[in-house]
Amino acid sequence: MRLRCEVNGESREVDDVWPGESLLYVLRERMGLPGSKNACEQGECGSCTVYLDGVPVCSCLVAAGQAEGHEVTTVEGLAEGEQLDPVQQAFVEKGAVQCGFCTPGLIVATHDLLERRERPSDPEIREALAGNLCRCTGYEKILDAVRLAADRKAVS
Amino acid sequence: MSRPTKAPDKAPDRITTPITGGVGESPLRPDGTLKVKGEFAYSSDLWMDDMLWGATLRSPHPYARIVSIDLSGAWQTPGVHTVMTYDDVPGEKLFGLEHTDQPVMAHEVVRYQGEAVAIVAADHPETARRAVDKIVVEYEVLEPLTDAEEAVFATDAPTLHPGGNLVRHLPIRRGDQHATADVVVRGEYEVGMQDQAFLGPESGLAVPAEDGGVDLYIATQWLHVDQKQVAKCLGLPNDKVRLMLAGVGGAFGAREDLSMQVHASMLALRTGRPVKIVYSREESFFGHVHRHPAKLYYEHGATREGRLVYVKARMFLDGGAYASSTGAVVANAATLGVGPYEAPNVTIDCWGAYTNNPPCGAMRGFGAVQAAFAYESQMDRLAAELGLDPVEVRVRNAMAEGTTMPTGQVVDSAAPVAEMLRRVEAMPLPPAAPTDSYDLRELPGGVSNTTHGEGVVRGIGYGIGIKNVCFSEGFDDFSTARVRLEVIAGEPTAMVHTAAAEVGQGLVTVQAQIARTELGVERVTIHPADTQVGSGGSTSASRQTYMTGGAVKAACEKVRGLLLDIARERLHVEGQLHLDGGKIVSDRHGVLADLAEVLGDEVIDETVEWRHRPTEALDPTTGQGFAHVQYAFAVHRAVVDVDVDLGLVRVVALDCVQDVGKAINPDAVVGQIHGGSAQGLGLAVMEEIQVRDGKIRNPSFTDYLIPTILDMPPMKVDVLELADPHAPYGLRGVGEPPTISSTPAIVAAIRAATGLAIPRCPVRPEDITGTA
Ligand code: FES
Ligand code: FES
Repeated sequence: MRLRCEVNGESREVDDVWPGESLLYVLRERMGLPGSKNACEQGECGSCTVYLDGVPVCSCLVAAGQAEGHEVTTVEGLAEGEQLDPVQQAFVEKGAVQCGFCTPGLIVATHDLLERRERPSDPEIREALAGNLCRCTGYEKILDAVRLAADRKAVS
Repeated sequence: MSRPTKAPDKAPDRITTPITGGVGESPLRPDGTLKVKGEFAYSSDLWMDDMLWGATLRSPHPYARIVSIDLSGAWQTPGVHTVMTYDDVPGEKLFGLEHTDQPVMAHEVVRYQGEAVAIVAADHPETARRAVDKIVVEYEVLEPLTDAEEAVFATDAPTLHPGGNLVRHLPIRRGDQHATADVVVRGEYEVGMQDQAFLGPESGLAVPAEDGGVDLYIATQWLHVDQKQVAKCLGLPNDKVRLMLAGVGGAFGAREDLSMQVHASMLALRTGRPVKIVYSREESFFGHVHRHPAKLYYEHGATREGRLVYVKARMFLDGGAYASSTGAVVANAATLGVGPYEAPNVTIDCWGAYTNNPPCGAMRGFGAVQAAFAYESQMDRLAAELGLDPVEVRVRNAMAEGTTMPTGQVVDSAAPVAEMLRRVEAMPLPPAAPTDSYDLRELPGGVSNTTHGEGVVRGIGYGIGIKNVCFSEGFDDFSTARVRLEVIAGEPTAMVHTAAAEVGQGLVTVQAQIARTELGVERVTIHPADTQVGSGGSTSASRQTYMTGGAVKAACEKVRGLLLDIARERLHVEGQLHLDGGKIVSDRHGVLADLAEVLGDEVIDETVEWRHRPTEALDPTTGQGFAHVQYAFAVHRAVVDVDVDLGLVRVVALDCVQDVGKAINPDAVVGQIHGGSAQGLGLAVMEEIQVRDGKIRNPSFTDYLIPTILDMPPMKVDVLELADPHAPYGLRGVGEPPTISSTPAIVAAIRAATGLAIPRCPVRPEDITGTA
């Protein structure tokens, strides 16, 4: 089938999509956007998190066809050229990235949290990011990064 | 040159800006920006225009004879390019890290559930998977052997491998084998099978090359050991199998063995097309080795003052169907089986066995984890028996520099065990459990709303662990580094090239830091890791900063020596020179010249192979020998709240003291301690591959739980730096120790809260409620 949707502000059209493919697969393998990760493909890890019409979703659980005519924003669409989004910048600065496989999903999830909450408390951060597994960091530096990004966004 | 060639005998202008981002600082990861933008290329992200997808048929049975394989259904599937089995393996049919005992694909028999039987290449991953489903294998199912102790001792156990079921037995005998003591505590302990659960699945891309070889882009821990095994199985010389490290999404031991390397290469060579294989999460649970589950029987004898008189232990490690690194895991469990304590008399036996369970091998902590759970549980039992405080009993027996280990090895660098225990004990405790106002998120069970505080009890526990760093037992353990210094666009630039695998731990950052410090240049680039340079050894055993860091340091020293020779000649000076801030500096005359000016168009490019001090094999009957390069230690204090009605645990605090010798990158060190502690927390309270009759019951992140951000408490971390004179910069390996000590600390806290014996980890709700 043919799939048309807007991805990171550009309209995209891909052919020969098999109806069983997930949005994650289409992004990664057909659109050249492998930033969203495939750690479980069963909705358990959050590494594939993208915005679908502004709502964060696990793209591995979204059938490609469900994105038809909709807007998708992936981790690749958050920076303005060389200028990192404050969430991305904070993750780099605070050492919240080790292997980085969880990072794209956490960046999108944190981005969403900070859109909704100006200065989330620690329990709120933990709740919001509970669906994003990280095996490397023990989450301490991820919390640091979220707090830093929140502070910077609040004053800017 | 505008500078005088002979300078007056006084220091001229001060050195300009010192180099930043050297050893001891915490510069940011060079790959961090790519990773946050989603632009870092992991092994599962690779893509080529004409590539095919590979998929693997796996055995559904833990033990069965293969009667027949019918591939026709797969061949007839449109889009399928090839189907291959054991018969198509072009070279050696077996591979393995320590023993070549594992077939590339099963032959005549399958020895574990998930063993590869056939592989397919097709133009779409789903086509490949469907084709795999159409392969018909007729099995004669056999009764699986699932108990390691039985595998070794039961006379009626089936023999799984030609040499029998024993992979290794290591006895340790030290001192009086018949010692007696006033106070004796005994225990039987069990450690469940843990999974590394890295997030980036096994994956890679094999590209057939014009010379008949293959270029393999792969996520691994050791490029050269992969290369050697892959080349043998393909029947190719090593130089026709070139490996490039693709982005690695975590490793923790699970990438030390081959997974899809040979399969993808076979499919690529057969089809003449690039072939990509990416395991699904479920397949990943079958596609790599796990942490050995263990059964441990301990007896500690002590004086009434609480000093150890003897330690006796029998340990059984279940290696599963193939040996992997079981032999080395056995050695760690046995040689570290007393823990970081002085014990004059030791009798330890450790067996590693073949069974039909999933193969087990390397995981962070490597044998030391299983032993630590048992010996720390024993120390708590001893404390209880004597009415002593758990910290006090540990301090009374703490090893130190100069201690003789159970192997007879005398510890010849800092071992601040007692101090670490006292320091962690002195850290402030979290506030008491809330009694009136409460936030569900701060109670066991969290927002599941399972308790409002009733039935919740608090406990505190301690755990300390010891780990050997680098490869032991006389292994020729080395790393290779190539360093190139040249002037690019007017700026002196160093390039560091090694084959050492960056798996997330931050080795790339550390390599650049070392080059900055040693060469006094700001700009350092890290060449992608590949097999075009000599082996970097494995990214395991907490060894890379020590080993590849040591190699980079040595290569930089060589480059520096050559550069200073050039400087002496060109500047007509003699005596001591050094490099700082991009300048050539003389002790007597201060800054002499810019490095860039002196070097000019010349390029200095040196490769150095570097080794740690040699170790010895262990005596096979007494386990005596100078077997370990270095010891490293971490201690944890855990505070838990336990809902005794439901058996739910919330870890409230997990604080850690670790000696790292020298923190090359302090922020990254703390990151390792956080991450390692989290994996230990997982083993304490949630992580277990549940195996019944040889079959994995929970191969998914739905059923195999790893800690989330809700499960991890805030951590206080205290890093000590007591230099090891034998190691580069005095550093000690960092990655593994925190994984070892956090598990026993948390389980001790649960025992303290509940008063239960809890001889097993992970602790399941039913172990607490008594409904197991
Ligand atoms: S890959 Fe989508 S949730 Fe794990
Ligand atoms: S940084 Fe590796 S999984 Fe999070």
